[in-house]
Amino acid sequence: MQVNRLDKGGRIDRSKPLKFRFNGKSYEGYAGDTLASALLANNVSLINRSFKLHRPRGIIGSGAEEPNAILQIGKGAHTLPNRRATQVALQEGLVARSTKGWPGVRFDIGAINDVFSRLFSAGFYYKTFMFPQSLWNLYEDLIRGSAGFAKAPKKPDPDRYEHINAHCDILVAGAGPAGLMAALAAARSGARVILADEGTEAGGALLRSDEIIDGRPATNWVETIATEIRGYEDVTVLKNSTVFGYFAQNFLTITERTEGPIRQREWRVRARQVVLAQGAIERPLIFCNNDRPGVMLASAVSEYIRRYAVLPGKRAVVFTNNDAAYQAALDLHSAGATIAAIVDSRRTGAGDLGEQAKAAGIPVMPGHIVTNVSGRKRVTGVKIATWDGATEGMVDESIDIACDLVTMSGGYSPAVHLHSQSGAKNAWDDSLSCFVPGEAVQACESAGAGNGRWSLRDCLEDGARAGKVALAKAGFDMPDIAVPAASSQAVKPLEPLWRVPAAQDPDRCPKQFLDFQNDTSVADVRLAVREGYRNIEHVKRYTALGFGTDQGKLGNINGMAVLAEALGMSIPEVGTTTFRPPYTPVSFGVCAGESVGELYDPVRKTAVHEWHESSGAEFENVGQWHRPWYFPLPGEDLDAAVARECLATRKSLGILDASTLGKIDVQGPDAVTFLERIYTHNVGKMQNGRCAYGIMLGEDGMVMDDGVMARLGDNRFYLTTTTGGAAAVLGWLESWLQTEWPELEVYLTSITDQYSTIAVAGPNSRRLLHKLSCSVDLGNENFPFMSVHDAELAGIPVQLFRVSFSGELAFEVNVDSNHALPLWQTLMDAGEEFDITPYGTETMHVLRAEKGFVIVGQDTDGSVTPIDLNMNWMLSKEKDYLGKRSLSRPDCLRTDRKQLVGLLSEDNTTVIPEGAQLIEDLSAPEPVPMLGHVSSSYMSACLGHPIALGLVAGGWNRKDEVVYAWAAGCEPIRARIVSPVFYDPRNERQND
Amino acid sequence: MFLIECPWCGERAETEFSYGGEGGITRPAEPDKLSDAEWANYLFMRTNPRGAHQELWNHAQGCRRWFGVERDTVTYHISRSYVLGDGVKD
Repeated sequence: MQVNRLDKGGRIDRSKPLKFRFNGKSYEGYAGDTLASALLANNVSLINRSFKLHRPRGIIGSGAEEPNAILQIGKGAHTLPNRRATQVALQEGLVARSTKGWPGVRFDIGAINDVFSRLFSAGFYYKTFMFPQSLWNLYEDLIRGSAGFAKAPKKPDPDRYEHINAHCDILVAGAGPAGLMAALAAARSGARVILADEGTEAGGALLRSDEIIDGRPATNWVETIATEIRGYEDVTVLKNSTVFGYFAQNFLTITERTEGPIRQREWRVRARQVVLAQGAIERPLIFCNNDRPGVMLASAVSEYIRRYAVLPGKRAVVFTNNDAAYQAALDLHSAGATIAAIVDSRRTGAGDLGEQAKAAGIPVMPGHIVTNVSGRKRVTGVKIATWDGATEGMVDESIDIACDLVTMSGGYSPAVHLHSQSGAKNAWDDSLSCFVPGEAVQACESAGAGNGRWSLRDCLEDGARAGKVALAKAGFDMPDIAVPAASSQAVKPLEPLWRVPAAQDPDRCPKQFLDFQNDTSVADVRLAVREGYRNIEHVKRYTALGFGTDQGKLGNINGMAVLAEALGMSIPEVGTTTFRPPYTPVSFGVCAGESVGELYDPVRKTAVHEWHESSGAEFENVGQWHRPWYFPLPGEDLDAAVARECLATRKSLGILDASTLGKIDVQGPDAVTFLERIYTHNVGKMQNGRCAYGIMLGEDGMVMDDGVMARLGDNRFYLTTTTGGAAAVLGWLESWLQTEWPELEVYLTSITDQYSTIAVAGPNSRRLLHKLSCSVDLGNENFPFMSVHDAELAGIPVQLFRVSFSGELAFEVNVDSNHALPLWQTLMDAGEEFDITPYGTETMHVLRAEKGFVIVGQDTDGSVTPIDLNMNWMLSKEKDYLGKRSLSRPDCLRTDRKQLVGLLSEDNTTVIPEGAQLIEDLSAPEPVPMLGHVSSSYMSACLGHPIALGLVAGGWNRKDEVVYAWAAGCEPIRARIVSPVFYDPRNERQND
Repeated sequence: MFLIECPWCGERAETEFSYGGEGGITRPAEPDKLSDAEWANYLFMRTNPRGAHQELWNHAQGCRRWFGVERDTVTYHISRSYVLGDGVKD
């Protein structure tokens, strides 16, 4: 039974009843309801428990400011945590739960915290759980378990999200009276306009208003204007869309909650001009027990009555320090509720609305304040005191009035969030007692209530003004736009009332909540000041004021005022905390957009990928590349397959798809000069047709990348880079050419994808190529180690490199990627007689480690010089190159630097875990000095025992010393320091 | 997200660019002749101003050209972007 639903009125569709469930019980509402209005219609007033003290909480607001009704919506993988019931549109079958309270929201064990609430003062966790420090991890688990709000879904999100990039001339944030006027002006002038509003329909505060515009109800006017705006071709109207971020150069982000197959959409808008018209947020009044269910903002009360036809209480007390709340009293009155009293802290009372209230027979109590509330799970009454305006001291709360609804208004705060995010400051307006947008620093105009214009007439005017200013700045002609007529009432000014005096001392009275979501009270802020906090940002972090998902939209300003009072400063002197995006919480799903699963990152496959797949390869990701990891035969695991692949390569013939190596073509008359400065070796001395192993250093002298480079002609080179470093190296080379040495004529071209590389390695590799009628003589004389020839192989033009990353006699075949797959197949067929064995990255790693060849990025980590790798022979003394000067810095010359060594486990069987730390003395007191770590470690099938490479402080002077390798979860392993070259130290095989 | 003007391609979103650190730092002609302190000054020390900052940007997802940008580190306002060196577009 929707007991609180009014018989008529509202913008709901009574022909469309909707069933929903809340905390396991079934209810009914109507299309057009929010979850909050539907709950109120069903007289559900206890919605949740508070964060720290587990106090009963109800709905307090009607929009983005709601701090209490934060619910878990939906079930399973679709569930949405922490949604504001005030902004969840009711749908058939909707399921919602309270996010706090165990076993349930009505009976909550944690409410015991409230009994002992004096213990839970500001900084409680810091003060209580710091000792002994070793137990912090345990405490943290318990605290995190009892805190927090809703549950995150455990399964991947099955819904789709998307991002849209958009440009516009004018972006209008907010479709209330000011936003509509600005958008109308912009639309009529022919500008490209985006009008975004977080509500389900345009109108903003007009949807709860009975005001008249141009002689007709405001909502009619809204419909006419919104229809006209939507009719322009270049206008995009986004409903259910929150402008949540304002970034540099007028870049704004909007989340749109859609109804189609896309659940949410993120708009990323670059706007030439922005009009900010998000309106204002009503402030609470800070009296004792102001958090009880049934205490509600005046604007929310009007909204529930007029927009949703829901009467949230039968007998109300209205408590205010300004005129606006009188409207709520009139709305309550005309909806049939009894107004026990309007308690107005001002002795002057209200203007025109006050007269209307009196005419309606509503009792008004000027010069009074509500000091306390009775009732726990629902308001049952208030205590009232007469007040002379003194903020110090205590008052005598002698009047009791029974009621089930307390309607409060502490005035309005312009929603300056986006303005602040844009980088601009806010200015304190003493006459309005609020922060208003200060001077804009980006191309934006604030308008309407968000600009401190409260009356409807002012809002309409200010909206039109802002629209015209934005249009003029964007270079559009002034449109023909008349500001419609609206009434303007005589208003008595608001009198600030940041903290309501109580019958007790403010530090001892029942809780006066500033931040409902985080249970921060007046006493907490005052305590922080007594403990020495002065800065609002520090007080925020200490008391959690404004730290919740609502970011303190409601009572933050009161908190600042309470802080100012305690410090004896003014509010502008205390200032605001920083407003950061997002304005309201944004789901992770829409942040990720389409970039999930397969679309997270592009996948790169080599030209031979199909063959690898059909041959049962296991793959590993190397950057974006999918590379064959190993090729298991039936029944083989990784170790068995790798052992077989290694032995086959060493004994006869292996074949590797090395296409992912970065490949760069370098041409130009200054190619030698350029490469001399890049590589450490003497590039100029290289003969045409010869290859060299090259390393590049950063200017800090650390090894950055390595690879084979070949001189193809006087002015032409071919470089290879590591698979992962290809793009970075190309960028690095370009940066030097363009910024430092623009006088050099050199052209760099990436040919990584255009050419595929097939490595054939092993004693039979030469025979294999012979078999395929290789067009060049492969003998040592014509084709020595480290040389390159153009050739034809089985009729396919190729570039042949005699290089070896395995230590075996080996060739790398570069071939146009279009021919790579047939060539691979040809090699496989021809190699059958040599038992040709495809191998993957794992075997490649083992073979190179047996030879002591490092992998940059695995055996080095950005703090390793070529000297540390024992590569002095590669460092030219005759020229300068990038990083050379750094190698003679004192730190690089230390003899106790970590140096590349080999490691053998003493038991000859244990494979040391990669990443294990190396220590000298097991009995050394903590902190144990670290000698270094293990960077590569494998079982070598060839040698019949495990091998490892590592970096060890002063390692070369520690030959044959025993150290301990220790990794988490393992016993320490005794390991002997040896040469990093385990196999064929005299390089006889590759030169064979 | 910044809107950055590539001198060759025009205004594009920041996602198309990569940042290259402070601009206007010239590599010493003869590093061998520098003291350790002088070399370290070139290598590590940056002005890190509060206000106008000369920076290098690369249109990595576009024309791949490096260029200079003057950006305010407080307001993020980009006052100009410019061709490096002789200032001539090639």
